Formats: sequence, C-alpha cells, structure tokens
Amino acid sequence: MYSKDGENYFIVDAHVALWDARPENQRNIHGKQFIDCFYDYHRNLSPESEVWPYQEYLYQGGDRLMHDLFEVGYVDHAIFQPAYLGEFYNNGFGQTEEAFRLTEANPDKLTYNHFWDPRFGETGLKQLREDAKRFNLKGCKLYTAEWHGESRGWKLDDPWSYRYLETAQELGIKNIHIHKGPTIRPLDRDAFDVADVDKVASDFTEMNFVVEHCGLPRLEDFCWIATQEPNVHAGLAVAIPFMHTRPKYFAQIIGELLYWLDEDRIQFSSDYALWTPRWLVEMFVDFQIPEDMTEYAPLTTAQKKKILGLNAAAMYDIPVPAELQLPREEPQAVAVA
Amino acid sequence: MGRQEDAWRALDAVVDPELDEPITDLNFVRSLDVTGADVVVHLRLPTSFCAPNFAYLMASDAKDVLTALPWTRRVVVELDDHHDSDLINTGLAADAGYRGTFTHEAEQDLEELRTTFRRKAHTAAMERVLTRMVRGGHAVEDLGRVTIGDLPLDDATRALLRRRAAIGLRTGDDLPVFVDHSGSPYPEVELPLQLRLARSTRISIEGNAHFCRGLLATRYDLEDKVS
Repeated sequence: MYSKDGENYFIVDAHVALWDARPENQRNIHGKQFIDCFYDYHRNLSPESEVWPYQEYLYQGGDRLMHDLFEVGYVDHAIFQPAYLGEFYNNGFGQTEEAFRLTEANPDKLTYNHFWDPRFGETGLKQLREDAKRFNLKGCKLYTAEWHGESRGWKLDDPWSYRYLETAQELGIKNIHIHKGPTIRPLDRDAFDVADVDKVASDFTEMNFVVEHCGLPRLEDFCWIATQEPNVHAGLAVAIPFMHTRPKYFAQIIGELLYWLDEDRIQFSSDYALWTPRWLVEMFVDFQIPEDMTEYAPLTTAQKKKILGLNAAAMYDIPVPAELQLPREEPQAVAVA
Repeated sequence: MGRQEDAWRALDAVVDPELDEPITDLNFVRSLDVTGADVVVHLRLPTSFCAPNFAYLMASDAKDVLTALPWTRRVVVELDDHHDSDLINTGLAADAGYRGTFTHEAEQDLEELRTTFRRKAHTAAMERVLTRMVRGGHAVEDLGRVTIGDLPLDDATRALLRRRAAIGLRTGDDLPVFVDHSGSPYPEVELPLQLRLARSTRISIEGNAHFCRGLLATRYDLEDKVS
C-alpha cells in the first residue's frame, strides 16, 4: 500500500520477473545481447539514483525481489510473467522453479503465471495441462518473438495457437498477457503488428488479453483494437518509466489510453527487474497531465487507484481491503471477509 | 563538395521507415570512410533486437544510394552489433537481395512494409498541420474544407507535401488536406474520430523516435538531445 496526501493506494505490480542472465546461464551471444538490451532500457529510463550496477542486474534472486517489491516498493501483490527464451539461456530466462517456490511461500503476495509456445505441438499441450494443475494457473504470458529452432516467432492466430487457447480456456486460464516483440516470420510485414490480438480477442470473448507495453511501438493500432474488443487491456510495462525522462510523451500515452480504452482496462507494472516499483508508484501518484495539453482531461485520484492496483486485483480476484476500494456500486474486487 | 561530404548527403535520403527520420539525423551512421572511389559505411541501431526487416531496409537503401553516386566503385555497408548482423552483412556483400538474404523467412518483398509506414508518416504529418489549426480556433467539423492552399508555407506544410508525394498523392493548392492514403476526404461526421486516430499515429511515431534516440545514446554513450 502507498499513502500520500490522505489517500491510500492498493498496489498490484502486474508484470514482474525473476530472471537469470548470468554468463553461466547464457547459451550464446544472444543471451548477452538480450540482457544488455534490457540493461540499456533500465539505464536509459531510470532516474540516476535507481540505476543498478550491471552485475546486480544479471540476477536478483528471491530475497532481493521480495525486498524491492514488498518491503520498499509499496506493492501488495505481484504477478510473475516469465519469458522462457530457451534458445538464449540454458535454464531459460525466467526462473520457473525459483519463482514458483517463492509464490508457494508467499501466496498472499505473489501469483505465478507461466508460459506456453504453440510450436511444441501436442507435447506442449500435454505440458500445458500439467502446468495448469501444478501452478494453479489463472494466467499465462506469451512472448511471440521467442525463437524456436528455425522459427523466430509466431502469431496468436496460428492454427496451433488456437488449440492452445482453447485448451487454456477449458483449464480456466483466463488472463493472457501478450508481449509483442519483433516477430519475424514472414519478414515482409510489420513485426510489431497487433492484428492477431484482434482476432483472438473476438474469438475468445471469455478471456482477457492484456497487451504489455500497451502495444508500443504500435500504440495507434493497439488503441483501435482495444476500442473494438472489450476484453483487451493495456499493461503499462515499459511505458510508465517515461514519466521520468519524457513526461509529456507519457502524458500523451496515458491520455490516449484513457480516451480509447477507459480507466478500467489499464494496469500498472514495473516490469521488475527492468525497473523497480518504488519510484514508479511515487511518481505516478504525483503525475499530472501538463496544463498546456488541453486535449486531455486531468488524471483523477480514482483513475490512479484503479490503474495502480484495483483493475488487476479485479482481474485476478485478489482480495482488496474494504478501505482501499473505491466507493461505488459495481464490485471492484472481492473484499476481504 | 568533397566525396566524403557527397556520401553523407546521399545517406540523408535514407529514412528509418518506422521513425520517419533520416538515418543521418538519428545517428545510425557509425562511420563513413572514403578511400579513392571506395566507401565503407558502418551502421548501428538502438538495440541488438531491433526488427531485422527495418534493419535490412535501411542497410540496403544505404548501399543503393551510395552505389548510385557517379564516382563510387566499391561500396561496403555493414550493420554492427545486431542479432542478424552476420546474415544481413553477408547478404549485402553478395547483393543477395531481400529474399536471398533471409531465405525461408522472406516471402515476397518489403514493399508492403514500406507502404504501410509511408502511409503512417503521411497521417502523422497531416495531423500536425490540422491540430495546429484546431488549436488556433478552427472547428474540427470544418477541417474537411481545408485545402493545401490554405496552409502556411512552412516546415510542417512542406513535410506534409513530401509525405503526400511519397504515397503518390498530388499536392495542388485546391486539394483537400484531410484525406486517407488514397486521397479521399472523410465524411464530415467521421472527422473527429479520424483526427483522434491520426493523433495516436503521430504520438506513436514520435514516441518511438524518442525511445530509439535515447536507447542509442545509452548504448553507445552518446549525448542524448532531448527534443
């Protein structure tokens, strides 16, 4: 919980990772390129006081994660959204066992989402059924730019992807987080195109599709799709640190999202350990649309409360203490009995 | 103009399609060396994982404009520090073309990709001049009547005219400004929505440019000019 000026905010960090990018886990040059790219994101968008040394950035471990999120980061609940990246890292990038053990030890604080890759065919479907049971999955993270043998990416509307989504729906996995990385095949078209999200969102109306990075770098295509599909949501990972470096740009992003999506379909996330939640939460609560940007209405406290936690809590049935909910008729989230 | 300068000016014509800015402004040209009639250019991008289709487009365009100079003999363009550097550099050296470079990952060509982003660039340039009119008190509902001749002759208008030409639209004074990529005006009732859509396109392109410039500066320890 974060408190400021007499207001209390319930915080859900909807996208965190426990990764291992140390040299001994790097399978090839791409493992190094990948974490270096993340580190440049981190260095470029963080305030100077929040920049970590490179060595610490390679691997955090569970204790550090618990400290950064829950002891100093104001977070009430966080959701793991792991990326596998098996072609780049020997034991994968996201550390499944370690993250799941941490979740089992802290069930009130953590939710573990897993991943799937439709290119594993029948074997992967069987694995998905086992994973759903073992991890008690409510959601999954899909990274469409994952490399796999000769293939360097897939689309949500591929035939095998439909089979996985059908199976997930049957297993009660409702929340699909999509990270649109540069999907390669075919190279002829825009690799960041989000049109496949549109198709699956209209074919799986009982599921929620949270597009991470709010569709950046194709904000315009994403906003248009989200206007058509009520089950498409925006994750603020990567977008939110622009508050610090490019506040006017961030004002436009949040202004556009509120215009096209409404305030119930936007979720806060630090993308830990890309960034840490403490400064992001503090800065977002203080953030306001600049006065000269008259095309956008000012952000309200209620909107900030929803974005910082109540929206994701509702999606994941995370209990929110009664005094932290918004006073309104429609149920925001399940109250603590 | 010396050959070095001549080569740099030629590279000004190579645009990052996604950001709608020349690679020379974006600092993507890491080095340019002229020895006699030989030119060696090294390009760099903000991350190792920038989309390889855009990377290839810029690198092959760079090779094309330099090869087209009357005095050049041997032109080498290499992309540094990218996950597909080897693939792209081998393809460029062999003049293998897009399909020859990417083999099974390529289907036809990158023209559709280029067209998509030229259209977006036109939409963004159009939004800039129209939003300026709205800020100056012009009603959105009347924007359909604005013609090219109504626009002040300044950088924003010149930019719009270049973007129109790039997608094959004429630029006569009597033509409407607020049009789709085929040059057709929108029904009046759609104008507010179309302006909002165009705005999100403009914000997206500008935002990507901010991000890419910042990341490049961080990656190569350069001065980041906050625009």
